[in-house]
Amino acid sequence: MSTLRRALARVRSFVSKPPLDADLEAEIAAHIEFAIEENIQRGMTPLEARRKAFIHFGGVETAKYQQRESRGIMRLDILLQDLRYTLRTLGRDRGFTLVAILILALGIGANIAVFSVVNTLLLRPLPFPDSQQLVRIHQKDPKGGESSMTYSTDAMLSFQRQTQSFQQVTGYFAFSTPDNAKLMGNGQPQPITGMTVAGNFFPTLGVAPMLGRNFSAEEAVKNGRPVTLLSYPFWKRQFGANPGIVGQTINLDGTQTTIVGVLPGTFDFGAVFAPGAKVDLYSPAILSDMEDWGNTMALVGRLKPGVTLGQAQAEADFIFPKLLFNDKHPEWNRNGGYDARLFDLKNYVSGKLRQSLIFLWSAVGMILLIVCVNLSNLLLARAAARAKEFAMRTALGAGRGRIVRQLLTESLVLSLSGALLGLGMAFAVIAWLAHQSSIALPLLSGLRIDGAALAWTLFIAVSASVLFGLAPAIRLASGNLQAVLTDSGLGSGQSKRHEFVRSILVVSEIALACVLLVGAGLLLRSFLRVLDVDLGFEPSRAAAIGVSYDDGGSSVKRGVILQQVIQRVEQIPGVETAGISDELPMSTNRSWGIAPKGWDYKKQGLLPDTFLYVVTPGYLHSIGMRIVAGRDFTWDDTNKDMGAVIINETVAHHIWPGQDAVGKIAEINGGQLAQVIGVVADVHETNAETAAGWQMYLSQTAPQFGPVGANLVIRTKLPPASLATGVMTVLREINPKQPANEFKPIQMLVDHASSPRRFFVMLVASFAGLGLLLAALGIYGVISYSVTQRTQEIGIRMALGATTSQVQFSVIAKTLRLALFGIFVGAAVSFFLSRAIAALLFNTAPSDPLTFAAMVLLIGTVALLAGYIPARRASRINPMVALRNN
Amino acid sequence: MGESKLDLLQGTLDLMVLQTLAAIGTQHGYGIARRIEQASGDEVLLNQGTIYASLVRLQQRGWIDAEWGTSDNNRKAKFYSITRSGRRQLEKDAAYWQRLSDVMGRVLAMSPEGNL
Repeated sequence: MSTLRRALARVRSFVSKPPLDADLEAEIAAHIEFAIEENIQRGMTPLEARRKAFIHFGGVETAKYQQRESRGIMRLDILLQDLRYTLRTLGRDRGFTLVAILILALGIGANIAVFSVVNTLLLRPLPFPDSQQLVRIHQKDPKGGESSMTYSTDAMLSFQRQTQSFQQVTGYFAFSTPDNAKLMGNGQPQPITGMTVAGNFFPTLGVAPMLGRNFSAEEAVKNGRPVTLLSYPFWKRQFGANPGIVGQTINLDGTQTTIVGVLPGTFDFGAVFAPGAKVDLYSPAILSDMEDWGNTMALVGRLKPGVTLGQAQAEADFIFPKLLFNDKHPEWNRNGGYDARLFDLKNYVSGKLRQSLIFLWSAVGMILLIVCVNLSNLLLARAAARAKEFAMRTALGAGRGRIVRQLLTESLVLSLSGALLGLGMAFAVIAWLAHQSSIALPLLSGLRIDGAALAWTLFIAVSASVLFGLAPAIRLASGNLQAVLTDSGLGSGQSKRHEFVRSILVVSEIALACVLLVGAGLLLRSFLRVLDVDLGFEPSRAAAIGVSYDDGGSSVKRGVILQQVIQRVEQIPGVETAGISDELPMSTNRSWGIAPKGWDYKKQGLLPDTFLYVVTPGYLHSIGMRIVAGRDFTWDDTNKDMGAVIINETVAHHIWPGQDAVGKIAEINGGQLAQVIGVVADVHETNAETAAGWQMYLSQTAPQFGPVGANLVIRTKLPPASLATGVMTVLREINPKQPANEFKPIQMLVDHASSPRRFFVMLVASFAGLGLLLAALGIYGVISYSVTQRTQEIGIRMALGATTSQVQFSVIAKTLRLALFGIFVGAAVSFFLSRAIAALLFNTAPSDPLTFAAMVLLIGTVALLAGYIPARRASRINPMVALRNN
Repeated sequence: MGESKLDLLQGTLDLMVLQTLAAIGTQHGYGIARRIEQASGDEVLLNQGTIYASLVRLQQRGWIDAEWGTSDNNRKAKFYSITRSGRRQLEKDAAYWQRLSDVMGRVLAMSPEGNL
C-alpha cells in the first residue's frame, strides 16, 4: 500500500519538479539559519557560526541530490538531462550530425526495405484464412511447361471425389492469356483479361466477395446463366467503384454477362499464381465443355485440418496413377495415368526465392555492419577531440557508468534519427516496388511496411546504437585521466592506441565491403551471362500485338484473313516483315506430343512433351529465329492428311540422331501425320536460364491444328512503339471489333522473364556500391586524422630534407597497408562464403577469378583514391608553420 | 570528521526520524537532526542534510505529514509530525530492530571454542 503510494508520489514529483525544488531550497535555507542562530547563542562569531553550520550540514548539493533521488524518478531525470545535453552537442556539431544521420538512414532504410520484401515474400503467411492448409498440386515432371503441370477436368473431378485428405480440390484454367477477352459496349472494344476458375475456387481459398456472392452451382454448368466476378482494381477503374454494380450486365465478347459480385482488394490472383499478371474478371469454368481439351486445370486444394502434406502426398501417389485423362476414352490411359507432387502453396509461390532473399538479407545486414563500423570510427575521431572534456568531467566526479550512459544516449539519438529518416526512404522505395508489375516476383503487390517491419526497425536501430556507440563510450570513459589531461597529442601512447583501434575498424570495414563486392560481382557476372545467352530469337527491334479476327471456325477463311493482315501490315513504312503465332516465347505455352511415325510407346518408351506453336509463314523470320535446315511454311501448307511441321534441333537430334530430319514423317499427338519441312535453332521458351525443351511449329492454315490465338509479330528498324498507331489502324480496317490491345516489344517478354534476377542484382549491386563508399569514407577519415596528428612530425621530416613525394609515399603506403590487409581478409572470407550462393549463379563459378580480381582491383583503387587526398595534403605541409603551431 | 563515529546503516535513519517525531511531536528538519544527534550522544555520523531525503521518503509513504509554519523565534520552517500509520510502522520497525540487535548480541557473544 505504502509502496504504491510512494510510486505515485514519485511520478507526481517527477512531473512538478520546479515547485518542489523551491520548497526544498527554502527548507534548507531555514535549516542553515536555525543552525547559525544556535551557534551564535553558543558564543561563536557570526562568521564562525555560519561556517560550522555548513560543515555540519554536509554538502548542500549532495543533500539536494539525495532528496531528489528519493523523491522522484532519477533515471528519467538523467535521461532527460542527457537528451538535452545530446541535442545541444549534436546541434553544435552540425556537419558531423548530418553525415552520421545520413549514413545511418541509408543503412537502416535499406534494411527496412529488404526486411519488408523478405517479410512479404517469405515470412508472412499467404493472405488467405488458414493458408497453411492450401496445397498446389502438379505433375512430377513439368518439362513440357503448363501442359505437363496441369490436369484434365475429368481427372480433377475424380480426384475430388476420391480424396480423403482434402476438404476441397479446385483449379483454374492455366492457359488464360493477357487481354483474352473484349469488353464491348460504347465505343471501341476494350481488351481485358479474364480468368476461368472452377466454381469452388474462391470458397476453397477462403476468399469471400466484398460485394455480391460467389458463382452458384447452376452457373458453373453448361447452359447456365453467364456470370462474372470483378476484381477490385477493375471494379474501381472501369466502374468507378459503383456499389450498385452487382446484378448489372456487361457485354463480354458479345455475350450479356451478369456481374454477381466484386472480390476484395486483398485478393490478387497474379500475386499468388502468376507473378506480374493482372486479372480483371473471373468466370466460372464450365467443366463439361472442357473435358476434351486435355490438360487444362492447375490444381489447388485445401487439406482437412490435421492432415499433413506427407499423408496427402501418399494418398495422391495412390490415386493419381489411376485417374483417367478422359472418362469417355479409358484407352488413352494405356501408357499409365497421372502422377502428382504436392507443394505447400506458400512454399510453391516463394520457396524458389528463399535463397535469393536470404542472400539479400545478409547483404543488407552487412551494410548495417559497415555503417556501424563507420559510425564507430567517426565517433572515435570525435572522442579524440572530446577526450579532455570527458577527463574533466571524470575529475569533477562523474562516474564511469554515468559517462558511458551519456555517450550511449548520444548514439541512440543519432541512430533513432537515422532510423526515422531511413523509414521515410524505405516507405518511398516500398511504395514504388509494390507497383512494379514488370518485376515477376510473387506477392510484390502486397508489399507494405507493417508492424513487424516497424518492430524490426526499432530493434536494429537500438542494436546499431549499442554496436557503434559502446566502443567509443568505453574508450572515453576508461581513459587514463592524467594522461589525457596532459596529452598534447604528440605521438603519446594514448593516441597510438587510439589509432590502432581505428585501423582495426577500417580493416574490418574494407573486408566487409570486399565480401559484399565479390558477392555483387558474382551476381552481376551471372546476370551478364544471362543477357549473353543465345535465346534462339532476336528480341530487339521486334514487337507483338494480339490480333482479333472471326474466321467462323474455317481454316480457309482464317488463312485469307491472316494473309491479308500480314500483307497490309508489311506495307506500313518501317515494317520489314510480319508473321503470326498463337503463342510467344517466354510468355504462355502449351505442349503436345511428337514422335517418328510408327513409334511404339510401350516398347520404345515415352517421349517428352513438346512445346507447340501454331504459326503463319514469315513468323519465324519476324521473331528472328534461325532456320538451320529445310524451309519456312507457305500459305499452301494446308494438307489435311499430311501436315507440315518444323521442329527444333533438340527434337531433330533426339528422334533422328545423325540423320537429316527434313523430309521425315512424324506423328503429332499420337494420330495426325506431318512431314518435317524444316529444322530451327532451339529457342529458350521459358527464360534464358532454363535450357530449351522440345519444340515444334505447325501451320496456322492447316485445318487439323487449331491455334489458341493470334499474336502479330513485326520486325522493324524503327523503334517499335512508333509503329503502334499504324498497325492498329490496319487491324481496325480489317476487323472493326479489334480491341485496343497493347503493342508490346518482344524485349519486354525477355526482360520480364529475367526480372527477378535483374531485381536482385540491382539491389545487391547498389548495396555493394554503398558499402564501398562507406569503406572509402572510413579510410579517408583515418588517414586524414593521422596526417593531422602527425603534422609536426611531417614538418620535422620535411625540414630535415624529406621530399614531397617521399611524404606522399609514406601516407599512401600506410593506406595501402590497411587496404591490402582488409582486402586479404575480405577475399578469404568471400572465397568460403561464395560457395553458399553457388545456386544463385548462372554459368559462373563461385570462385570466378575474374570477378575476384576485378573486385579487388576496384576496392584497391578506391582505397588509394581515399588515401591520396590526405597524402596530398600532407605533402603540402609547410614545415615552418607546422613546427611553429602546437 | 571523526572516524570513530558510527556510520548509519541503510534504513536506520528513517526509523530514527520516526521515533524522534513520535517522542517530541511536531518538529522541523533542523530540530529533528539535532535531537537525533543529542539522543545518540553524538555517536552517530550524520550529515544533517541527509535527513531531507529520509523526510521526503517517509512523507511519500504517508508515515509523516509536513506543513509550513512559524517557529518560536518567528522563522518560517516546514514542520513534520508522525501520522497514525507512521506510528504503526514505527512499532513494527522498532520490534524488528530490537530482535535483530538481540540476535546480533547473542551471536557476537559466542565463545571462540564454539560450545553449542
